[in-house]
Amino acid sequence: MNPWMHYLVWPLVKFLVAFIIVQGIVAAMNWVERRLLGFVQARLGPNRVGPKGLLQIIADPVKFLLKEDIVPANAETIAYFLGPILPLIPTFLVYCLIPFGPPPTFVAARVNVAVLLVLALTSTGVYGIILGGWASNNKYSLMGGLRSAAQMVSYEVPFGLSIVGVLMLSGSLDLVKIVNYQADHIWNLFPQLIAAFIFFVAMTAETNRTPFDLPEADSELVGGYHTEYSAMKFAFFMLAEYSAMLVNCCLMTLLFLGGWTLAIGGYGLTTQTLQHMGIPGGMLGVLIFIVKVMTFMLVYIWFRATFPRFRFDQLMDLGWKWMIPLALANIVVTGVVVLLGQSLNFQGEVVLSIAGAAIVGYTLYNLRPRAKVVHASRVSEV
Amino acid sequence: MTQSYFPILIMLILAVVIGATILGLNWVLGRHQRNPSKLSPYESGVPPLDENRKRINVRFYQIAMLFILFDIEAAFLYPWAVIYRDAAQGPSGMFLFGEMAVFIGLLAVGYVYVWKKKAFDWH
Repeated sequence: MNPWMHYLVWPLVKFLVAFIIVQGIVAAMNWVERRLLGFVQARLGPNRVGPKGLLQIIADPVKFLLKEDIVPANAETIAYFLGPILPLIPTFLVYCLIPFGPPPTFVAARVNVAVLLVLALTSTGVYGIILGGWASNNKYSLMGGLRSAAQMVSYEVPFGLSIVGVLMLSGSLDLVKIVNYQADHIWNLFPQLIAAFIFFVAMTAETNRTPFDLPEADSELVGGYHTEYSAMKFAFFMLAEYSAMLVNCCLMTLLFLGGWTLAIGGYGLTTQTLQHMGIPGGMLGVLIFIVKVMTFMLVYIWFRATFPRFRFDQLMDLGWKWMIPLALANIVVTGVVVLLGQSLNFQGEVVLSIAGAAIVGYTLYNLRPRAKVVHASRVSEV
Repeated sequence: MTQSYFPILIMLILAVVIGATILGLNWVLGRHQRNPSKLSPYESGVPPLDENRKRINVRFYQIAMLFILFDIEAAFLYPWAVIYRDAAQGPSGMFLFGEMAVFIGLLAVGYVYVWKKKAFDWH
């Protein structure tokens, strides 16, 4: 094939298709979120524009585009404009690297260090937030930006460490190979249950979502780092946040839930099976992938509707004092089990799954709803 | 292998162009009616009192430094993790495990030290 077609035109076409679909999903998620939150809180949510309020997805960007673009007095103009663009760039780039379905059709740029590159790109999102917060010349923005930076940076460590266990089992940084490994053995969710839990908590904190939405704590900080931003610049921050959520859900699906495959031990819809089925197989793979990703997006919204906000010291404690030791312990245990498995000839995945299930079961047993024990001296108060 | 990064470079340019274009379009299409109180820093309607870029708590700086240390250590674990499973089958498996144990051991010593110095406490 013509190298230009192979390296330039096809990836571009693939990327643009993926990009349009992704932006559509991001815009639609906004409507889904407001609508679902409305139902949870026994109200209707946006239902005026179009059938069931669906045209809200189009009405919002148009309105953002027509609103006044305010640059506050004494703001650092260049930094103020860079603020919303910077977090948008990595979220665009990451979609090149994410395989949405069986390769080679559904991945724009297949890179052999995809995991590392995705992590590097997503972690640059913090620059825009702190720059925007600082440039706005507003106390609340500055505080929100700093809190956001501290929080994203703190949870970056457990985020990165939790992936190490997955890499140890699958032995590759290529997202496609990680998915194939899971189809041939078992979803990483089971042997790496602890890592999956840490990853999920860390990704919620990374994207500043409830219960970790301290940078936007409206009761304390008005709106956080985007207090002074209006019109399209504000929309860019929102777009970056939702895109980051979607990227994280894609990563969760690829690393822990077998991506586009639906197989265990090599039986079921593996990558080869889907590739043999041709175009319908590819579509089926994408459908499976999207269903898995959307499940996690809905969990995000469910969290927002359910959980109260953390306090800042609690947030830091959880990140530094709980998540990091847990992630390190997970790496050591995985290392020991893999080594013993090789020398004593057993499947490390099975042992890890049982151990993970036991730990989670024990924790849930301890957290079960119980009648409150009231000390005898306080009975009168009750 | 380098060619597979090519779309990413193109996308970088495209992202900047799209971002700048939409912001520019907003600047053109949006209306401009400014007045001093609209441009002043938003403080819930109260006139701003103090200077806005105050000195900030040193703990934020501390967290940033700790992050760099721990995140680099996490990144160092990646190449090791990738080759571990295949190497564990061979004779060097025990050696590799020992290497990791020493590395994480050192990390843990530093971690305990930082904890005892109360660098993780936020008050």
